[in-house]
Amino acid sequence: MQTTRKQLLPGVAFRAVHTEKFKSSYLSLTFMAPLDAGTASENALVPYVLRRGTREHPDMESISAALDELYGGAIEPIVRKKGETQCVGFAASFLDDAFAMEGEAILEPAAALLGELLLRPCTQDGVFRADYTAGERDNLIDRIHSEINDKRAYATLRLKQLMCQYEAYGADMWGDETSAAAITPQSLWARYQRLLADSEIEVYYCGSAAPERVEAALRAALVGLPRSAELTQAGCDIRLTAPPEPQVFEEAMDVTQGKLAMGFRTGGLTVWEEEYPALVLMNAVFGGTSLSKLFMNVRERLSLCYYASSAVEKMKGILWVSSGIEFENYQRARDEIMAQLEAIRRGEVDEGELEGARRTVITAHLSTLDSQSRLEDFWLGQAAAGVDEDIEQLVSRLERVTLEQVVAAARQLQLDTIYFLKGKEG
Amino acid sequence: MELKTFPQIGEKMYCQVLENGLHVFVVPKPEFQKSYAFFATKYGGMDMRFCLDGTWHDTPAGVAHYLEHKMFDTQDGNALQILAENGASPNAFTSSAITGYYFESTEKFEENLKILLSFVSIPWFTKESVDKEQGIIGQEIRMGEDDPDNQVLYGLMEGLYRYNPIQVPIAGTVESISHITAETLYACHKAFYDPANMVLCVAGNVDPQQICDLAREILPKQAGPIAEKDYGPAEEPQAAKPLVERHMSVSTPIFQLGFKGDDPGAGPGALRQQLTAQLALEALLGNSTPLYARLYREGLINQNFLYDYEGYPACSFLAAGGESRDPAAVRDAVLAEGARIGAQGIDPQLWERIKKGVYGGKVRGLNSFENICVSQAQAYFAGHDFFDFAQCCASIEKSEAEALIAAWVREERAALSVIWPGEGAEG
Repeated sequence: MQTTRKQLLPGVAFRAVHTEKFKSSYLSLTFMAPLDAGTASENALVPYVLRRGTREHPDMESISAALDELYGGAIEPIVRKKGETQCVGFAASFLDDAFAMEGEAILEPAAALLGELLLRPCTQDGVFRADYTAGERDNLIDRIHSEINDKRAYATLRLKQLMCQYEAYGADMWGDETSAAAITPQSLWARYQRLLADSEIEVYYCGSAAPERVEAALRAALVGLPRSAELTQAGCDIRLTAPPEPQVFEEAMDVTQGKLAMGFRTGGLTVWEEEYPALVLMNAVFGGTSLSKLFMNVRERLSLCYYASSAVEKMKGILWVSSGIEFENYQRARDEIMAQLEAIRRGEVDEGELEGARRTVITAHLSTLDSQSRLEDFWLGQAAAGVDEDIEQLVSRLERVTLEQVVAAARQLQLDTIYFLKGKEG
Repeated sequence: MELKTFPQIGEKMYCQVLENGLHVFVVPKPEFQKSYAFFATKYGGMDMRFCLDGTWHDTPAGVAHYLEHKMFDTQDGNALQILAENGASPNAFTSSAITGYYFESTEKFEENLKILLSFVSIPWFTKESVDKEQGIIGQEIRMGEDDPDNQVLYGLMEGLYRYNPIQVPIAGTVESISHITAETLYACHKAFYDPANMVLCVAGNVDPQQICDLAREILPKQAGPIAEKDYGPAEEPQAAKPLVERHMSVSTPIFQLGFKGDDPGAGPGALRQQLTAQLALEALLGNSTPLYARLYREGLINQNFLYDYEGYPACSFLAAGGESRDPAAVRDAVLAEGARIGAQGIDPQLWERIKKGVYGGKVRGLNSFENICVSQAQAYFAGHDFFDFAQCCASIEKSEAEALIAAWVREERAALSVIWPGEGAEG
């Protein structure tokens, strides 16, 4: 597996992973926009409207037919949030040329179709078609509404929104309903032009083709991409401290199981710090695996919940705990979660816990090399952070983390916000 | 070991039947970091009534799933922990028809495999440990009851089937699991966790012979009796109820539209029915059909619209669903398109395209070890090899898909399950 990175065009970086282990090739193109509540909905909507039709393939039916001809390839809009960067674009997966029934090339037509979707939308009066814009805008609003359906994800989403309500990070990657509802074909077209010209762009390929061949195909596909002299750069604001007393928010809904989410600041411990691997391992010991303190104690020993886990956002410097509990167990679960953190802070982590967490984290990282989409997501996160470290390098740093470093990372955590989703009375 | 090669899709598979009846399948993947092992029994949520040693047993809903939770307990502790300490990510699932245990690891594969084979084959339950699990599984059941995607599927099963236990929730109910004891679990383990009723599928950078040697070392030497199952009276082709509705706190109505299929039977015919049904769905309402485009344009479906064929012992169905403001309009449109295809046939150009698309999609799916191993286990239980899909797919005629649509996509075989937005319990 050979990984290279180079500049394709001004502000357009191209990362190529050359490997023959997969049956498919993976291509993605992503605008790296600053996350901002004012533009989030429009940015998120752009790839969905682009995906509706191009000049050559004016409707979804003809795009799907073109994809079927390319052996059921997929080009899908993708919206992600990496720190305070809103990543919007397309991810594409195509059959590797080796398995085409007639031995035909799939890479070049696939790259061309991606470029077509990006640069040659089907228009009406010089802007996006009104029906496509309205249809996808309604879908976006539905998507924002439907975040409530998965209560586990919803509780952590609300926690992060409330915890970071005065920071860019508090914005949802889909934006909000009010700004989504205000989008018109004209306003969306203007945003699209800004993304095309001003955004930094990440292009990614993973597959069996030589990087030179992919580069040629991408250059041909991106002919006509406008580039400004001044590109906008996304940053990331990091709050070092939590309020003296944690903020507590409760919401009531018609649910049978309560959701408790707790958010911590990492005291500035982020992907850019040398101690970052200690935070990754500390999270694994705390709630990141099925061996973790939260899993073994809050779930297994006390049967207080069906799940209890923790996760880290590597750029923003926050860690959150998510658990599903009976309503009446709120205080007990909250106390027990804090007690487990205290135990780590006191160094009460035995050899088995630490090594188990280390093996689990390292396995998860190494197995990322076996999945095209996860590997792409890893590199996109690195690109957003401006970090070039590869997985093997990160793994070798994880191998060297000591218990003292894990304890130090745990001592940096400060409880910032608690969110509790409870049932309706009666 | 027998080596089968599938040159068209660049795969090979070692196969071996051990003396105790266990079937072992190994797909070598030397260029990958991880290895994946899947150890499964042909026993799932629908296998509630069975006969062993001449006696019929009726067991409560949720035993297979309960057993899955408790199998990780060993005399020395918890296998999940030991595997996790080796950095393996172990887990398990129970479907209606099978229970599977698996792990993925990048180091100590043989040691991990030994642990997997031993904890699944050696039951260790105590009254205390079984009682304690009531709380954990009770929470999981409640979570499922709050999950609209889960509820809409059970609504569809209720609509399609009158007798088949596929409609019973896999995890059971808080009430049904309260009847499960250590004795129930031991009895069901004895009935279904015999090597002759199981399969081991491995993919990764592994030595096939060594895997068979490990299985011989750890598992029972002899095959035991296998329980006979009862799925109730044969189902009629007609759906049991045309419409099943509930209310939950969702933002948009969620629906599943189903068409009752035929018993897939066992052997290569089951694979042919599966692929024919998947091609038929692509021709009927797939992403590149005029019907899909129209429904999408009219806002009746969105990007979350998904569809597939499901085959189980003694039953099968087509399901399509997602979010819609008017699920009945989607049903009516699909029925009308089914009737049109029944009369006029599938457009030949569309047919050629979707065959390429389905083939390519399935080959891309071979990137996933989990997909390879779980699919091969299911294929083995159904009596064929998963990798035969490429050849079989190429041989399916347009007329077969047309015949399937004409026979299945009919009003009397249709059921619609809808979760409407709104507070309140089940309606």
